[in-house]
Amino acid sequence: MMAGGSARATRKRQGTNLMPSQTPLPLGARPELLKMEGIDKTFNGDVVALKGLSLQVNEGDFISLLGPSGCGKSTALRLIAELSHPTRGRITWAGGHDTGDLGVVFQEPTLMPWATVAENVWLPFRLRGASYASVKDEVLQALRLVGLERFQTVYPRELSGGMKMRVSIARAMVTRPRLILMDEPFAALDEITRFRLNNDLLALKEKIGCTVIFVTHSVFESVFLSDRIVVMAARPGRVIRELTVDESYPRDEDFRTSSDYAAHCRSASDALHEAMGIAA
Amino acid sequence: MSIAEDRGADPAPIVDADEARRARARRLDQIGKWTLPALVLLVSLFLWDRVVVWNEIPHYILPGPGLVFETLIKDWAMLFDAALVTLQITLMALAVAVLGGVGLAILFTQSRWIEMSFYPYAVILQVTPIVAIAPLIFIYVDSRIAGLLLCAWLVAFFPVLSNTTLGLNSADHNLRDLFRIMGATRWQRLRYLQLPSALPYFLGGLRIAGGLSLIGAVVAEYVAGTGGIGSGLAFRILEAGYRLNIPRMFAALILIAGMGVIIFAGLSFLSHMLLRKWHESALKRER
Repeated sequence: MMAGGSARATRKRQGTNLMPSQTPLPLGARPELLKMEGIDKTFNGDVVALKGLSLQVNEGDFISLLGPSGCGKSTALRLIAELSHPTRGRITWAGGHDTGDLGVVFQEPTLMPWATVAENVWLPFRLRGASYASVKDEVLQALRLVGLERFQTVYPRELSGGMKMRVSIARAMVTRPRLILMDEPFAALDEITRFRLNNDLLALKEKIGCTVIFVTHSVFESVFLSDRIVVMAARPGRVIRELTVDESYPRDEDFRTSSDYAAHCRSASDALHEAMGIAA
Repeated sequence: MSIAEDRGADPAPIVDADEARRARARRLDQIGKWTLPALVLLVSLFLWDRVVVWNEIPHYILPGPGLVFETLIKDWAMLFDAALVTLQITLMALAVAVLGGVGLAILFTQSRWIEMSFYPYAVILQVTPIVAIAPLIFIYVDSRIAGLLLCAWLVAFFPVLSNTTLGLNSADHNLRDLFRIMGATRWQRLRYLQLPSALPYFLGGLRIAGGLSLIGAVVAEYVAGTGGIGSGLAFRILEAGYRLNIPRMFAALILIAGMGVIIFAGLSFLSHMLLRKWHESALKRER
């Protein structure tokens, strides 16, 4: 991993306080954060998970990777997280990066059942050698942002599915990473909880000013959350279309019922059908 | 179970027929848990006593429960000293089994090569009956205590090793990925992820190992067979057998069984205390 760049240096000057950040720049004016160029990923020599994937991620983007099962969305996230390596092509971070630059939320909350809510959120700091006392403020602030400050001493088993996912999100953002990867985090939740978490996620993103790559199967979720939707097709996994949802944030329930939202959903749905048609 | 749900107290709780039936069943369960085994014990003792009296069985063949109890009181000083010796060997063997089992399990999970090299031999040690190995051990090991300890350890360490290895390898794969992404060192992964994940498995193995270390200690005493100061309960049983002192054999047997139960109960309590806050096995749920 390379040394930190200017963006990280700026963030370090600000400390890890989860303070409200400035409004993201317009889509075309955002500086580059990460670039994937000509990525191929093949498993066992013959299963082509990704073919020629190129994607530029800019600071402040909320990108949804939308596509049918097996199109390589999760593989792309694993490559960015360096959990596996591309067969061909390269991924470069503008100005380099370190482990603190990345937060991850999985489909399951993936909490440590033996640790309290606060201890779970403390984990990223703990692995960097920080004592709880030294980062208690950050941990509590992260929990406050996801509405769980009162539950800091509770064990995960006592929480509902939605609350567990909030803890997972708090853990991902407590170190104020530059990029958060979310792999279908709300897929297992009921519709009402999912809508509520969608709203909260946007509010959080606005507060901490990070970049998000969000994997989803849901057209509606991708349109509500993102300003860029990357539609992928399967066999081999590749990008077939990129859509922009150039609607201002914050987005609320009014946006969900607006004609603009419906039009974006129609476009995304058409692109998804195209992706599935190509795959068929 | 969710604390997100409303906990507001209803001023007049409604108890329907289902609730009442469940409450009754719970009460009966609580009572039955203690009274039924006690009842079985009383009936068995009564039948045992009647069989001895009605058939006029001599005490050197089958003593009645009263005589066994009397002997237990009369020989208490000698039997209690012997029990302490056996308990000492058992607990020391258990401690060494825990250290050896957990230590080896950690080594196995740190390196596939070490696991591949040594695991087959751990299995061989486990499946070879201790009564077959014990005589050899007492030929080569001079110290009697060390010999007893080695025998008991050989019997007890495998469940700890096997369960802990399984537990260390059972850490959630997403959490493993998360630790990797967050740049955890091997030591941090072991300490914060694998060891806590392995705890329920380890405690399961420990409960088995507790009983096995007692068995190992008793078998080793039989094989060692030396008397004098420092002799344990198994030796007292052998000695009483030679003298046809059957009531003492029964009294010593009762002490061994009691010791086994206490060890099991103690380890179960330890397991409950360590897991009660978070692990499914220690949580009470409504049925």
